[in-house]
Amino acid sequence: MLHTVNKSPFERNSLESCLRLAKKGSAILLLEDGVYAAMGGTTVSDKVASAAKDNSVYVLGPDMKARGLAEGQLIDGIKVVDYAGFVDLVADNDGVTPWL
Amino acid sequence: MAEYDFDTEGVKKTITFLNRKAPYGTIYALEVLESVLISAAFEQHANIVFVDDGVFQIKKGHDTADLEMKNFLPTYGIIEMEKEDADEDEDMDMNWRIIVEKESMEARGLTPDDFKVEVEVLSSAELADVLATSDAVIGG
Amino acid sequence: MKFGILVNEGPFTHQASDSAYQFVKAALEKGHEVPRVFFYYDGVYNANKLSAPQADDRNVVKRWSDLAKEKDVDLVVCVAAGLRRGIVEDNLMDGFRISGLGQLTEAAMGTDRLVMFGD
Repeated sequence: MLHTVNKSPFERNSLESCLRLAKKGSAILLLEDGVYAAMGGTTVSDKVASAAKDNSVYVLGPDMKARGLAEGQLIDGIKVVDYAGFVDLVADNDGVTPWL
Repeated sequence: MAEYDFDTEGVKKTITFLNRKAPYGTIYALEVLESVLISAAFEQHANIVFVDDGVFQIKKGHDTADLEMKNFLPTYGIIEMEKEDADEDEDMDMNWRIIVEKESMEARGLTPDDFKVEVEVLSSAELADVLATSDAVIGG
Repeated sequence: MKFGILVNEGPFTHQASDSAYQFVKAALEKGHEVPRVFFYYDGVYNANKLSAPQADDRNVVKRWSDLAKEKDVDLVVCVAAGLRRGIVEDNLMDGFRISGLGQLTEAAMGTDRLVMFGD
């Protein structure tokens, strides 16, 4: 299952609920305002880093770029994908759960 | 452009409706109900799931008169009836579950007695399994 | 593979419609099929032909319409959600059509994946 999170973790609980309800080994894609969760040095970084050990966590590059976030700021283990990579994630997982 | 002609003959899927928003403040709770009901017409399996503030959608005692908004709590009664009909009808292959996540419920000081409809209360881990085995998830 | 798409927010206020459009474009470029995009909730505003953004901005409505024509994507606006918000045949952009919510269930049934964009 691919889980998509499009909300900032500082504004809503979408990411928190996603991490609680995604089975270990899931794919998680951070997009739109969800990309802020991928950055190191924040109050949620530890939680996301730990989730990235049990799951595959991805961040949508075009959304990072638009918001001035650099790859160097990413939490270790998070992979950057473009829209084509997003498409592959949807195709490679057996369903998509949106956390809006 | 032209209407796409899907071949849905004999297709049976499990659609999960993931309700995470409180009622009335936004329209999400109301419009998702309409999509739940329509899936009955296609005899699809459905999980109607309440997580986070979504649990407030089915809290007893809504009275929207002062807001002049439609009280949609009775619609959940219709969903419950559809589910019961499907459960009782042996010829009908349609399995509906109405699920509340225990953690979300307890965090908001609610118990199963607070709900308008009969629900299955599942732990986060149990609900994770339900989500993982869904063919399509519609969030709201 | 066949993807069904659900767009639940209108253009401009939320990024949902933009994300959906970029996703659909990438999916088609990769050789996947996107037989239907269903517009629900405020998503019905994506079909408003009276939308006239400034010249230096993207035209979300026209972009969907062009995609429908070029790639034969079935763009369906929910009739009930549209009526509520005043999206009717009179102001419906070319390439979109209005139909019932059953078309969403059908898209969930008839595709390999349903991908939802909303808020």
